Amino acid sequence: MLKTFPKGGIHPPENKLTSSKNIKRLAVPKMVNVPIAQHIGIPAEIIVEVKEKVKIGQVIAKSGGFVSSNIHSPVAGTVTKLDKIIDTSAYKKQCIVIRTDVKDESNFEEKEYPLKQEIELSSKEILQRINEFGIVGLGGATFPSHVKLNVKEGVKIDCLLINGVECEPYLTADHRLMLEKSEEIIVGIEILMKALNINKAIIGIENNKKDAIDLFKKATKNNSKIQVAALQVKYPQGGEKQLVKALLKREVPKNGLPLDVGVIVHNVGTIFAIYEAVQYDKPLIERVVTVTGKKIENASNFWVKIGTPISDLIAEVGGMPEGTRKIVNGGPMMGKAIKNTDVPVTKGTSGILVIAEDEASRGEPKNCIRCGECVYVCPMGLEPHLLMNLSEKGLFERASNEDIMTCIECGSCSYVCPSDRPLLDYIRFGKNIVKKLQTSKN
Amino acid sequence: MTDSVLYSVLLLVSLGVIAAVVLYFVSKKFYVYENPLIGEVDELLPGANCAGCGSPGCRSFAEKLVNTEDISNLFCPVGGNDVMKLVAAKLGKEVAEKDPTVAVLRCQGSCDVRPKTTEFQGPRTCAISAMIYSGETDCQYGCLGDGDCVKVCKFDAMYMDETTGLPVIITDKCTSCGACVEECPRDIIEMRPRNKKDLKVFVGCLNEDKGGIAKKSCAVACIGCSKCLDICPKEAVTIVNNLAYIDPAYCTLCRKCVDVCPTHSIIETNFPPKKVKKVEEKVAVEKKEKVAVIKETIVEPVNEKTDA
Repeated sequence: MLKTFPKGGIHPPENKLTSSKNIKRLAVPKMVNVPIAQHIGIPAEIIVEVKEKVKIGQVIAKSGGFVSSNIHSPVAGTVTKLDKIIDTSAYKKQCIVIRTDVKDESNFEEKEYPLKQEIELSSKEILQRINEFGIVGLGGATFPSHVKLNVKEGVKIDCLLINGVECEPYLTADHRLMLEKSEEIIVGIEILMKALNINKAIIGIENNKKDAIDLFKKATKNNSKIQVAALQVKYPQGGEKQLVKALLKREVPKNGLPLDVGVIVHNVGTIFAIYEAVQYDKPLIERVVTVTGKKIENASNFWVKIGTPISDLIAEVGGMPEGTRKIVNGGPMMGKAIKNTDVPVTKGTSGILVIAEDEASRGEPKNCIRCGECVYVCPMGLEPHLLMNLSEKGLFERASNEDIMTCIECGSCSYVCPSDRPLLDYIRFGKNIVKKLQTSKN
Repeated sequence: MTDSVLYSVLLLVSLGVIAAVVLYFVSKKFYVYENPLIGEVDELLPGANCAGCGSPGCRSFAEKLVNTEDISNLFCPVGGNDVMKLVAAKLGKEVAEKDPTVAVLRCQGSCDVRPKTTEFQGPRTCAISAMIYSGETDCQYGCLGDGDCVKVCKFDAMYMDETTGLPVIITDKCTSCGACVEECPRDIIEMRPRNKKDLKVFVGCLNEDKGGIAKKSCAVACIGCSKCLDICPKEAVTIVNNLAYIDPAYCTLCRKCVDVCPTHSIIETNFPPKKVKKVEEKVAVEKKEKVAVIKETIVEPVNEKTDA
């Protein structure tokens, strides 16, 4: 019996249409719009001016505090304006617009990065580099990685978990990266183990990616420190807390972090970015994006520069199919619909999903029939129907007592609800208000 | 036979006497003094319990009025100056006189001037819409049209106009309790002085985008052209972030800005129409007084009157 987390979970259709498609490099866009708030925490501060020439990989916005991250120029070119542009949050946010310099060769040369296994930097230097090179969690939450790795004295870490679960339907970015860059990822894991001074790492991969499991098992045969664990296919296994529970049977305390039980979890994409930053001084200026959808002709995976408009990606896969209703940034479960196709790709864009008319519409909400499905599938052991009602009626204090803040917003409850009730919308709303109340209290 | 009747009567009478004596002493022992003024002031207040004064209800506001010495900064927006004067007379304290205010809607983005670019399926409340996305149109400052303000209005002073998709404030019923101002996630509703005959001039837009972008998302958006700023004789207009604001404290209602505004985003309400057909129109205006603020001032493209 394969490992998995014990409570709740669902099995949405996988629809991994692009798992056999190699990661192609997308052509360098003519313009990039780089938002300054691509990570959780304080937005970065712009340090370039209009008309300034920037080099590829140059810092254009500096980290605005501890929970923040540097932002680097994805292309060589000229800053044309600092403007507010609609980003993935569906609001206009401050962006740096850079026009690509067509004559600059550094934009187009394809550098070879041969595998480099010797780790020259010391543990402190590695952590500093992760901070400077703007590495954030690439699984989707975009939490700055240096914050995660900043272990306070006295806290004991004994295990590093590598998240190769990719439980979201449709998305295959991590899967392809694992297949194509397995050795680099293993070096990346070793880099992190050195930085944290620990001797154990487990790579968790869901069983629907057998090729990746085999590949990693083979590659780590002679490496006693790194284990590979196949996991049952179940959503939301990629959630940090679920993964810790599944692999180590440890329960992360409520409102706590995996750090509290001696674990650090990183996504495979983040590990690869760390590898490139440490071994080749390459900042986080591009990422793998899956562009997919049932009606998309050439759905595939791409290396995309941060700031590329999503319209470029859709053009690359054969244009917008007829009857498109919704374009989602991320996967179908946790992703968010975007407002228009000028929205730029950010560090958190793991996929672009184009949904047709028949699949996009939500049913009309009906009365709750008390079937308890939402309670059954909630991976955090909450009562979604109750939380929704409390938020709807404005009883936020009680919602807070019912642990609304531990909700991981996986959307399993909304997915299973036979009455099409907008459970997650209301729970998110409740969380927002409770958070505000808590901060105003302190 | 007579005995049993007598016994039961005696028993009940003695029980009643004992209870009365106990209750008398208990009520003496546990007597709580309450200022009789509180009850009297409470009688004077409107009793709407709208919380517009900042207290949870009229009773607690009455307590506050009686117990605080200086009540010049306490005000009941529903009762207005009349009620406050009565309260002051009763308590022998001084109250500040305030100009009556009324809620106005600072958005004219009806369906035909502000085209929808996206569609949202989900719970229709402004609070959730504002949290999830910037609205179905390209304007991220304007009315979301889900009617949270209408739901909180306790005085039936608001309703949603189906054709424009915007809430309408019935100025006669508005008590300026401020519930809608608090509820609106976009801060579109503003309290402005009622003035004489309910005459008001204000900018009906909150769009901070640059002119071109604002105009593209909404035909009646303020584009920050500063024409109103230049023409205003009293320096009542300020422009911050490409958006004009008319300060009611300085505005003399001369209406010069209304005429120069290229996008018709400045709203004038309840002014008699200029020039032609003076007599007839006046009657019409009086009849229309109950019609809401934005109704009468909507710009040309939406000028068809939808209801009386």
